[in-house]
Amino acid sequence: MEVGLMQRQWVDYTKSLFLEDFLDSQFIELQKLQDEGNPDFIVEVVSLFFEDSERLLNDLTAAFDQPDVDFQKVDGHVHQLKGSSSSIGAQRVKNVCIAMRSFCEEQNIDGCLRCLQQLKQETCLVKNKLENLFRMEQQIVAAGGSIPSTELIF
Amino acid sequence: METSSSSSSSSSSCMKWSCENGYQPHVLAVDDNLVDRKLVEKLLKNSSCKVTTAENGVSALEFLGLLDEHNQHTNFERSNEWQQRSKVNMIITDYCMPGMSGYELLKKIKRSSKMKEVPVVVVSSENVPTRINKCLEEGAEMFMLKPLKQSDVVKLKCQFMN
Repeated sequence: MEVGLMQRQWVDYTKSLFLEDFLDSQFIELQKLQDEGNPDFIVEVVSLFFEDSERLLNDLTAAFDQPDVDFQKVDGHVHQLKGSSSSIGAQRVKNVCIAMRSFCEEQNIDGCLRCLQQLKQETCLVKNKLENLFRMEQQIVAAGGSIPSTELIF
Repeated sequence: METSSSSSSSSSSCMKWSCENGYQPHVLAVDDNLVDRKLVEKLLKNSSCKVTTAENGVSALEFLGLLDEHNQHTNFERSNEWQQRSKVNMIITDYCMPGMSGYELLKKIKRSSKMKEVPVVVVSSENVPTRINKCLEEGAEMFMLKPLKQSDVVKLKCQFMN
């Protein structure tokens, strides 16, 4: 596939990620931080996020398996996940965290469990989306092309 | 000491001055969140700062030599490590942390004879006016909202690290 076509596909894919709220402007801020000295920065931060979120989702699942749910502990985990999803621009994940914190406050187990299920889905979705994006970027670079600036496509 | 206005041209010229003189401020960044630690480290390194990160208030106090008052009078002071610690130019701490909060850490720093002159910036993902006022009253030089951007760090460097 020629580079120009790959770049156009990348632009379309990136646009869709923002339009569908998978990512928000914080992701663009992250891209600005990457430079030649640290070309894998975004991939590293995103990987950290997925490792961390997997751990937190496991902890949340375990917390709801207890006979008495410790809502303070649950809120602590959700707060962490909200923070890190916000920091990488994973908007949908962040929004579910916000909803879940309200349910925590009300000690609404059903509400929380629904959110937990959504969190697992949204984390999985954004992970796949970003993996696709990074793969497209690798292919462009391997073909000798450069990755357009995200800022310029909006 | 230079005072800088908030226009972007003076920010970039003060950054150039710092870089040309090989001045590398040392910042201690405290945050329990792994992703946020990585982010703040990159932001600071992009601004030519030397960075030490800590995951909680107790580690931060330990690094600053504030954990045990007796430490102040041992030979430890003369070691290289101590020299490093006494040259922290700024502390950035998250507000919400399990165990010791950023607010409690701020208080301990501002109430110590050794470190009270070091500027402390408190960051939080939540915009709570009472929280902000509390921190400013306790001596925090600034309160900022997360996630931090590069422009935030440039501003901090110019205002507090020259």
